[in-house]
Parts: sequence; structure tokens; C-alpha cells
Amino acid sequence: MDNRIDVLFREKKENVLTIYFPAGFPELNDTLSILVELEKAGADVVEIGIPFSDPLADGETIEMASQKALQNGISLKLLFEQLKEMRKYVSIPVLLMGYLNPVYRYGIEQFCVDCKAVGIDGVILPDLPMREYRKNYQTIFHKNGLKNVPLITPQTPVERIEELDKEEHGFIYVVASSATTGAKSGISKEQEDYFARIKALQLKTPTQIGFGIADSASFNKACEFTSGAIIGSAFVKAIQNGGELAVNVKNFVEFVKVIK
Amino acid sequence: MEPINDLLAPETLPTKDGFFGEFGGSFIPPQLEAIMKEINEEYEKIRKDPAFIEELAYLNKHFTGRPSPIYHCKNLSRKMGGAQIYLKREDLNHTGAHKINHCLGEALLAKKMGKKKLIAETGAGQHGVALATAAALVGLECDIYMGSVDIAKEYPNVVRMKILGANVVSVDFGLKTLKEAVDAAFDAYLADPVTQFYAIGSVVGPHPFPMMVRDFQAIIGQEAREQFKAMTGELPNNLVACVGGGSNAIGLFSAFLQDEKVNIYGVEPAGSSLDYGNHAATLTLGTPGMLHGFKSYVLQDEEGNPAPVNTIASGLDYPGVGPQHSYLKEIERVNYTTINNDEAIEAFFEISRQEGIIPAIESAHAVGYAMKLAKELDKDQTILINLSGRGDKDIDYVINNYGKKYGIE
Repeated sequence: MDNRIDVLFREKKENVLTIYFPAGFPELNDTLSILVELEKAGADVVEIGIPFSDPLADGETIEMASQKALQNGISLKLLFEQLKEMRKYVSIPVLLMGYLNPVYRYGIEQFCVDCKAVGIDGVILPDLPMREYRKNYQTIFHKNGLKNVPLITPQTPVERIEELDKEEHGFIYVVASSATTGAKSGISKEQEDYFARIKALQLKTPTQIGFGIADSASFNKACEFTSGAIIGSAFVKAIQNGGELAVNVKNFVEFVKVIK
Repeated sequence: MEPINDLLAPETLPTKDGFFGEFGGSFIPPQLEAIMKEINEEYEKIRKDPAFIEELAYLNKHFTGRPSPIYHCKNLSRKMGGAQIYLKREDLNHTGAHKINHCLGEALLAKKMGKKKLIAETGAGQHGVALATAAALVGLECDIYMGSVDIAKEYPNVVRMKILGANVVSVDFGLKTLKEAVDAAFDAYLADPVTQFYAIGSVVGPHPFPMMVRDFQAIIGQEAREQFKAMTGELPNNLVACVGGGSNAIGLFSAFLQDEKVNIYGVEPAGSSLDYGNHAATLTLGTPGMLHGFKSYVLQDEEGNPAPVNTIASGLDYPGVGPQHSYLKEIERVNYTTINNDEAIEAFFEISRQEGIIPAIESAHAVGYAMKLAKELDKDQTILINLSGRGDKDIDYVINNYGKKYGIE
């Protein structure tokens, strides 16, 4: 079977909306419900965060959500349990995103095997350097049909980006700023120039912009340059204050997908 | 003058990617890669630059007061009845500990790189004070991130940093202690890595920090080697140093790693017990993992989250450890062992009353182990302890918690 990420981007070349949320949040067993509601509401891709107690590159919103999820009792083992029947209800691509240590501790091979078993399509591990991945992890990822989505920043050299473009990564995660997640919203002129440089490379791999995308204005702006954009902190804020989960999710996705 | 780390045996250097064996490296989000590359390249240039080497040597001598002396603890040795105990007196450095050695190096590097501001987190405030001192001297701004709980607890150090002109940023989320301070400092750094320099406080973090901080601390061992030979005609038989992140220990050990006859002991804090959460004995009870940008032994739970740590020595309160220590454990060059809270306090009073030297609680862990070791060895054997800091900062804590036991009302 083709990887769902590849299938999606083959069919949909623009305005791909990817939503991030941490597993086990706001309540321990909300993971699957949020996933189902996101698909219903019209999200194209979902990234489920693997909570970690020392998330250095995350801002306060996601860090606090991760702490709450850990207090709720989430673990990687339990997350796979929660996602066991996921593919009965969800057909969009689903990725896991997290820090390397919990995955390393779980065992890379076991992690990949379990990802495949529940129907995960890709993994994003921002603190796994590409040369480590190629040396020690690539074969296991491929064997289990998993994409390893790389992140690039304004400082990533063009040759590195072009090298990534030759490999099969599903999509390339374009980090919009060097700040942590959720640090600020809105897109500056400098960032636009950076996105334009990426667009001009005419990569064959789809690209999605993340960090600082919070509403329909920033989402639409990002989509002028790439295949889509990723929203994390703003979505977490929308679901963290109680109320009907399904309604919160639906309202948020509609709020972002407002027609230009 | 020799380039900074050319004095060390080449076998003790990491690979060009920063690996000591399988440990170290650079496990960082891509936002940091370019910055670390820049720091690494600049450091490689600067460590060979005669002007930089000369300036650092001048400051080490005239500002810090180096070389720090070696002192023979005759009273304590007699009382233990075995090996002769010596101290490398890093407590006599300006600011009262070894931290100033790498803070000066990092501050000069930051200045040469054109940075405007040094930033760092601090728990008890020791690294913060040393960095604020270096910033004042070199002429850089300085932001120290500190949990609001720690600010209340460690008020004298907060005042010191403020007198030195540093800006103490209160961190008010989560548990409001060291972990949140690290996060806040990191957020601030990522928001502006161009004008700021994150001065890591130990031999931890992504490459090149474990190597660079080690290089700046290696002066301890280089001096000690010559001084000890001049004093006794031989090398010490045994070295002892406390290990949290491991900067003072690696500073002493580096010059002796190739001397197979020198036994080396790293002493970790066993806290109140060796049960989960009650100690910070990372090499003794941890397992390999990736934390804070590097691979090393880590105290962690089943899920790979760093474990809570606990010791009376806040300078040793860290669930990770410098990657070179993990490597030295793996190749069995250094013996890592533990001393608990009560043993450290006993050593704190013993050396204060036998020798008139009040050690930092961190350093008292090394003294505690050396006292044990001395008893097992003959009188012609020698032990050199790195007395990494003085105990002024700890006196209130010790009196309030242990005063009565030692006859102080």
C-alpha cells in the first residue's frame, strides 16, 4: 500500500492543513476522539505529539500541555494502545512527533514496528540529526513504511535541502522562525522572503510551514508559498479550556479554513 | 604559548562531530544547528589565536588568582590514619569556585564573536554569579534565568548578580525552579541567537560545549600535575572529584588520563538514598539516553523522561552528566562512586574543623569519599582532591538543617 502522506500530496497540492496536538490531552483518553473529530472537521494531516517532560524547542503552551498529558498518565505504550483501532475510524495521514529520547528508550525498532501496526505514516523527531538517521535508523524506517519528515530552517544550506529533496521524506517541514513553538504569530517580511526562496527551489517534495501559524490569515499566507501549513499551539489553546471537544475542534478548523 | 587544548593527549579529544566513543554528539533541533556550527568554528579559530590565549592566561593569573595552590591536609590525613590527603584549592579562585575558569573563556569567545549579551540559567546561583562576573569584566550584558522559587531561596546570590550588573529574569511557570529556568533561557536564546551567547554552565549540552568547557577547565589538572610533582616528586596515586555535570572533575582528570598508574574516582551524590528520585547518581544508576542535545548516561523513567533528582548539593542536582564521563566509565578509566547527604555533611564538618577550610557541599562529597579511601590505603599513598568551591554559600542551609547534630545551637 502506498504511504498515505504520498497519496494525499499527490491528490492535493495546496492548502493542506496539518494540525498538531499532544497525545493524552486535555484528558488521557481524548487522543482518538480528537483525531476523529479533526478528520470530520476537514483537517488533512494530523501530527500527534509524544509528550516529553523536557521539551526544549517548545514554547510554554505546548510544554504545559505536555506536562498535563504526562500527569494524566500518557506514555508511548499507552498511546499505541489508544491508536490500536485508529484505522477503523480515520483515513487521513497520521504522524507521530516527539523528542528522540522516549523513542530511543522504547527501542527504535519496536517503535517502528508498532507505528506500522497501528497505521502511522510518518515520524518527526526534530532532535534526530539527519546523519544519525541515515546511519542508524533509515533501514528500519523504510522496512516499516515510515516517512522521516525532516525540518529545515532559514539557515539550512540549499545543498542540504536539495539532498533531502532526492530522498523519500513525504514532506519537508519548513520551520518558519528560529524561535520556539507558539512564540509569536503573524508572518514577517523576512519570513516571506525565506518562504519565497524555498518556493523558488521548485522542490519535488511537498513542503509545509510550521511555527507561528495560528489563524486563517497566517495559514493562507503560508499556503501561497508551500503545499500547506502546520498549526500546533493555537489548536492546543482552542481545546484546553473545556467545553465540548467536538465543537471546539470543528470551530477551530472552520476558523482557520475561512475562504480567502 | 600552546593552543588551549593541544596540551591534552589527543586520545582524550572527541571526534569532529563531538563524540567521545558513542557519547556526546549533537542531538538538537535544526534551529540550533547553524548556531552550534558557528560557535564550533569560532572556538576552533580562537583557541589557536595567540592574542586570545594570552588574554585568558593574563586573566587567569591576575583576575582569578591562578594558579590555585595545592595543600597537604596533614591533620585530616593523620586522623584518617592512612593515605596522605591533598587539596587542589579551586575554592580560592575569585568568586570562590572553579566555574570562573570556563565563564571567562566563554565570555571572551562571545565578545570576539561580536555577541552583545551572555545568557544562562542558574539553580542555586553559582554559575549565574560566575557568569555575571565574567560579563562585567569583559563588558557584555548578562541575563540570568532563575525560577522564582530559587530566587526567594538563594537571595544572596541574586543580590550578587544584580550588583554585578546582571539582569535576573524571574521564571514563573511550572515548578518555578531549575528545569523551567533552562526552558526559559532556551526560549530566549532561540528567539535571538544572533546577538546572544548561551553560556552553558558545565561540560554538557551539544558539541562543542562538552569539549570547550573541558578545555577551559583543564587548567586545573595541568597546574596540579606540575605542582604535585614539584611538591612530592611524584604524581598523585589517586584523584577524587565530585561529579554533577562534571566540569570540575574533568578539569582535574584531563591531565592524568594517560597516566595509567593514577587511580581516578568521580563521586556522585547519593542524596538521601539510592532509591528512584532521591539522588543524582547518574553514572551509577542511569542508562544511556539523549537529553539536552547530547547522548550520555541519564537518570530516566521507563518512558525516557528525565527522573526527578535530589541532593543537598544543588550544584550536583542534574539527571544527566557530561558525555566524556560516560565514555570514561564505559572504558573503565574512571571509577564512579557515591557519597550520600549525611556522609557529605560529616566531611563538611571534618575538614572545616581539622584544616580550617569550609568546603562547598558539592566538594564535600569528594572529601567524604577521599576520607573513606584514605583509611583503606597505606601512609605512603597520596590522594589529590579537587576542592572545587568554598562553602560560604551553604552555611545557612547547613546550620539550619544539621547545626544541632554538630553542637551548634
